[in-house]
Amino acid sequence: MALLEVNNLCISFGGLRAVDDFNITIEKGELYGLIGPNGAGKTTVFNLLTGVYKPNEGIIRLDGEDITRKSTIEINHAGVARTFQNIRLFKNMPVIDNVKVGLNERFKYSTLEGILHLGKYRKVEKEIDDEAMRLLKVFDLDSERDTLAANLPYGKQRKLEIARAMATNPKLLLLDEPAAGMNPNETKELMETIALVRSKFDMTILLIEHDMKLVSGICEKLTVLNFGRVLCQGETKEVLANPEVITAYLGG
Amino acid sequence: MKKHDNLITYAVVIAAYAVFQILAATGNLSSHMKGLLVPMTYYAVIAVALNLCVGILGELSIGHCGFMCIGAFTSAFFSKLTEESLPGPLRFFLAFVIGIAFAALFGFLIGIPVLRLKGDYLAIVTLAFGEIIKNVINAFYIGVDSKGFHFSLKNSMELGMEKEGNLIVNGAMGITGTPHDSNFTVAIVVLLISLFVVLNLVKSRDGRAIMAVRDNNIAAEATGINVTRYKMMAFVISAAIAGAAGVLFSHNITTLTASSQYFGFNASIMILVYVVLGGIGNIRGSVIAACVLYLLPELLRGLNTYRMLIYSIVLIVMMIVNWSPKVIEWRKRVTSSLRRA
Amino acid sequence: MSFLTYLISGLSLGSIYAIIALGYTMVYGIAKMLNFAHGDFIMVGCYIIFSVSGALAGNSLVGIVVAIILCTLLGITTEFVAYRPLRGAASPLAVLITAIGVSYFLENVALLIFGADIKSFTSVIKWEGLTFADGQLRIQGVTIVTILVSLLVLLVLQTFIKRTKQGQAMLAVAEDKGAAALMGINVNQTIMLTFAIGSALAAIAGALLCSAYPSLSPYTGAMPGIKAFVAAVLGGIGSIPGAMIGGLLLGIVEILSKTYISSQLSDAIVFGILVIVLLVRPTGILGKVIQEKV
Repeated sequence: MALLEVNNLCISFGGLRAVDDFNITIEKGELYGLIGPNGAGKTTVFNLLTGVYKPNEGIIRLDGEDITRKSTIEINHAGVARTFQNIRLFKNMPVIDNVKVGLNERFKYSTLEGILHLGKYRKVEKEIDDEAMRLLKVFDLDSERDTLAANLPYGKQRKLEIARAMATNPKLLLLDEPAAGMNPNETKELMETIALVRSKFDMTILLIEHDMKLVSGICEKLTVLNFGRVLCQGETKEVLANPEVITAYLGG
Repeated sequence: MKKHDNLITYAVVIAAYAVFQILAATGNLSSHMKGLLVPMTYYAVIAVALNLCVGILGELSIGHCGFMCIGAFTSAFFSKLTEESLPGPLRFFLAFVIGIAFAALFGFLIGIPVLRLKGDYLAIVTLAFGEIIKNVINAFYIGVDSKGFHFSLKNSMELGMEKEGNLIVNGAMGITGTPHDSNFTVAIVVLLISLFVVLNLVKSRDGRAIMAVRDNNIAAEATGINVTRYKMMAFVISAAIAGAAGVLFSHNITTLTASSQYFGFNASIMILVYVVLGGIGNIRGSVIAACVLYLLPELLRGLNTYRMLIYSIVLIVMMIVNWSPKVIEWRKRVTSSLRRA
Repeated sequence: MSFLTYLISGLSLGSIYAIIALGYTMVYGIAKMLNFAHGDFIMVGCYIIFSVSGALAGNSLVGIVVAIILCTLLGITTEFVAYRPLRGAASPLAVLITAIGVSYFLENVALLIFGADIKSFTSVIKWEGLTFADGQLRIQGVTIVTILVSLLVLLVLQTFIKRTKQGQAMLAVAEDKGAAALMGINVNQTIMLTFAIGSALAAIAGALLCSAYPSLSPYTGAMPGIKAFVAAVLGGIGSIPGAMIGGLLLGIVEILSKTYISSQLSDAIVFGILVIVLLVRPTGILGKVIQEKV
């Protein structure tokens, strides 16, 4: 069974069909790319997958479970984590607390225990702290643990956003233009980070990207979206060789 | 250093308490000043409450005195009712339980509509609710006689009570003769407990979730944080603490009225001034700012008619000095050139 | 007939709220700040009219003109001294608190000059008004003038914003300060002009308010100021027709609930309406719905 199975997903805003008859099947462990020109509806697909928008039609299955009508929070709990095109960190919180927020639903104690600092508080907080540090180490952010997220350099902010998403222990990770605004060095480092996430956590990843070098370098499969519709789908090499894709990208 | 931050806050409060107690015991505190200690402390308590809402949750409330009002009236009502039947300390304790519980309940009920709104719209609706609470309480007439409770929204005659009945809430005249249970020590204990609750909350998973919602609610949702739940949690706790301040308030004065001076939007704004000057999100700052700014106009009393004028100028100047981007830039330049010299 | 009388009196009060709300909504829309001192400009305007007319033996027209000029200058000065330094501050609360400081300042200056006792204000409108239906329906002069003035103000303001360069500049600054500056618009000047207009409107509103409700104290402006702000929010803050609708609605609701429900609870009802409207339309009646993009 595929990890993510999307059938006939449609959404319209006003009269505009932003996403029309979108289908995708992602197997466990795959690194899948979603590409397409600006305004093709890529981020809308992400927003549909994470429950920000509710589709007019279609069905989304995660690991066999129907998550189509669930809320963003429930979808996260079901195992989908994401990053955002324009980075959305908890800016006024330290780096480590950003990750700890991601751990919030996995390591629990009651509000009363939290206010009194009694009961399970100390034990669970220790676990949270250890787990957060472990994640920060993986992403090489452990030396910045007490820096405010807003003060991190751009590349590290992207990394932290991924680390936070990973803290929720997802089955599927959605990355929305992770390389946007990065210089070639940062992009290279990002590719390493993504490779690391795959190897270390055995993660299934769906990413939106414009950087063709990055896409062709790491993605195994691609779906090309144009005007809200799937233009072409398949192995990366074949898709990139498809003349229709080339026209869509270069215009013509 | 961070680890001891909370301890410093408690120490500051206890030290201030000790200083005032010593001053009082050695006769260095005028009776006028002594009378200011409890109000100063309950304003510190409500400033802590409001900072939880404004600084930690990040939602601007300009109606927090409404929750104080609810705490004040429900607890005073209870204390009046049980003045003869319950021993003082137990009655006062139960008054706290009731004042806090009702303020929390109203925090919850008001939070349902309020927390769906955003930014300035949210702020204006909190203002509206503050005014509604004050207004409605001003129209309440409640009495009790052998037949039980009587209630009216018109006037005391409408209650139709027996002659020996006890009129407890007399409309705009409020509640008179609430037992004078508040004192500086109790007030300080309440302040310490409020600080304990807020500071500990901030350092727990719930506190982190609340701050995550403040910083970016869309990212918080995508990270699995139940935004509505945490907004409500912070708002209700904040209202509850404001209610505790209200209990101190009503048990410190003879006649409790829901007047604009104490419970109107202007009063709520005054608390907001404490919070902003103390530093948004800085709980200790709120306490210090509340105490200093509450005492400041009183200390300026010698200047009599000019004191509020001076206060207003101080407020404007302090805001510009602390917050103006140009002034901040200039201060940085000056300090760095001083350092080099 | 009595219902009609109350309705008209509500329209009149609403018109005053509307004029104040117009000032609020413009300043908020363009400078993105809650000018809590706006209500106090009304009070300042009233005292100026009161003093000038007193000195000139009841010539209130001169008083009004002087009040408009001085309030405009005061608005410009306040913006320059207290608000402009805080533009771009880390928290929007900074300028809000400063506005509160300005409000305290104006109230206390008035208190020092005129004292706390309530002055009785002589109406600037001497006209008796009209009588209909054999004296069963009487509409006071001040009521008619108030309603007409508010309509005139609305018309002039709409035309100014739609037809003049400065008006268009205001719209641009309201939309995006940075982009407006890049287009060669002098943002500071535009905001200053907005404050000037808002303060002048406050003076006019003051003249009408104190003519209809002739008691003047340093705190006269506070409650109408807040109510007008509620009206601006109700109508959709930033929207000029919205301020008008909000003001009228609020005035009518206030007078009718005072008459038919309870004078005690009328404020609660007014604020209750705001709550209900915002729950149905979170940005007010004519407010733009802005969805945050994910």
